[in-house]
Amino acid sequence: MKFNRRQLLNLALELAVPAALITAYAVWAAPRNDIYFPPLQVILSAFVEDWLGAKVTADIWPSLRRLLLGFFIASILAIAIGLVLGTSRRARIATAPLVDFFRSLPPPALLPLTLLVLGVDDTAKVALIGLVCFFPVLLNTMAGVGGIDPLLRETARMYGIPLRDRILHVLIPGAMPSIFAGLRTSLSLAVIMMVISEFVAATNGVGYSIWRARRSFDIADMWAGIILLGILGILLNTILLLVEARLLAWHRGSRAAASRN
Amino acid sequence: MMTSTSQTQVRTRSRWPAMGDMLLPFAGVAIFVVAFEAVVRLGVLPQRFFPPPSVMVWALSNLITQPEFHWALWNTLSSWAAALLLAAVFALPIGFAMGASPLVYSALRLTTEFLRPIPSVALIPAAILLIGANVEAKIYLAAFSAFWPILIQTVYGMRDIDPTALETARSFRIGRGDIWTRIMLPSASPYIGTGLRIASAVALIIVVTMEIVVGIPGIGLMIINARQGANVPNVYALILASGLLGWALNTMFAVIEARLLHWHPSYRSVTP
Repeated sequence: MKFNRRQLLNLALELAVPAALITAYAVWAAPRNDIYFPPLQVILSAFVEDWLGAKVTADIWPSLRRLLLGFFIASILAIAIGLVLGTSRRARIATAPLVDFFRSLPPPALLPLTLLVLGVDDTAKVALIGLVCFFPVLLNTMAGVGGIDPLLRETARMYGIPLRDRILHVLIPGAMPSIFAGLRTSLSLAVIMMVISEFVAATNGVGYSIWRARRSFDIADMWAGIILLGILGILLNTILLLVEARLLAWHRGSRAAASRN
Repeated sequence: MMTSTSQTQVRTRSRWPAMGDMLLPFAGVAIFVVAFEAVVRLGVLPQRFFPPPSVMVWALSNLITQPEFHWALWNTLSSWAAALLLAAVFALPIGFAMGASPLVYSALRLTTEFLRPIPSVALIPAAILLIGANVEAKIYLAAFSAFWPILIQTVYGMRDIDPTALETARSFRIGRGDIWTRIMLPSASPYIGTGLRIASAVALIIVVTMEIVVGIPGIGLMIINARQGANVPNVYALILASGLLGWALNTMFAVIEARLLHWHPSYRSVTP
């Protein structure tokens, strides 16, 4: 790949600003010895000490397990129900107000409810994460199925293609781009719910660890935990985008071909 | 072409049940409520944890008359509005600058790409520590979260301006100010509208989260108090209220958008 001057300038600018920000923090924080803003190397060594050691299995893994369990169970259920509700136009219209309501509900409001009904154990957290992940995926699956060209669906039915094959080869691929939009929304909600449920009631996990660090004024540990959550957020998002790019390669290809004509 | 024919066929075929379609949403809600009521009354779900909908609505109707509820609602709403305003004041100019100048765009792109996916709730402990467990912390954190959708949408909108319109204006020597007010802002406005609507939902989420997690006055704190007092119907009633609040704010934005942007192609009603 050859870069021209303009592209090089852009690249340099893109890298320079974050680098300048980090350097500025390091230079600004080092001599101040502020309790709230510890020097950069203190935060970094706290990060290495905390998050690259025993806490990987003690805190990161329990957090990830809750998040992924809730996310996957909810997504599978939501896609299945969404495929059914989405095929019927009447079912779509009839469920619209309910789905709209649950979509507008600020998800953290459900935290006290799951604490009340299910308690503070892992099941409660998985249920909470799942509950919150369910609606964006359901809504987008229904919209995706509803948006499939009716001609395509009717043709498939007319040719007597069995229901199983219609679901696998017409409905799911047709709704896939929209389903992924829902999955992206619900993954970021899952991270939010994981963190706050661990702030409020937990005995392990990344959120719990940050909360404890704040309580005991281990400020460097707290910042290190926040940085880890940022990295986790970016990583999970990137993985989902990669999976999406892989599974939807045919979609992009056909869109690009259509726009060339 | 084929698509549109088949869609018109579907439309004409279903002219008769159009009345039925209008009633369907009500039927959906009614079936859900009745089924929920029955399941609880018949003892399939324990009533201690799942009050029947009639009890929830009764609890909500009692709540609406209480000054404590008004105060909580006012606290939540005023924080939401302040956060959204603060976010817009910062996000719009930066978005315009990033959208209009490729240099500014390159300079800030990577930084925003990295900061955006950070879950803002991760910053709650830092916010409490630096600002305190108070209303300001709630507003600042909500503003921080609401900043991103407005910024991203504004940048998208500015970069999606039809280059032909822009170059036409330039070749006619239309002044910079007029280009801004007549081409750039109008064509970016639907994106900005979408950004504001997403930001409103995000701001409400963070405001309620702060109230629940940190215990700052508002609807969230009321839910926590109801839970601690084991007042189960009130917990549900307040969750119902916060859902209705979110729905009302969302609808309000959609209506304002449709009003202000009725001239824009994406908002014009379709005439087949």
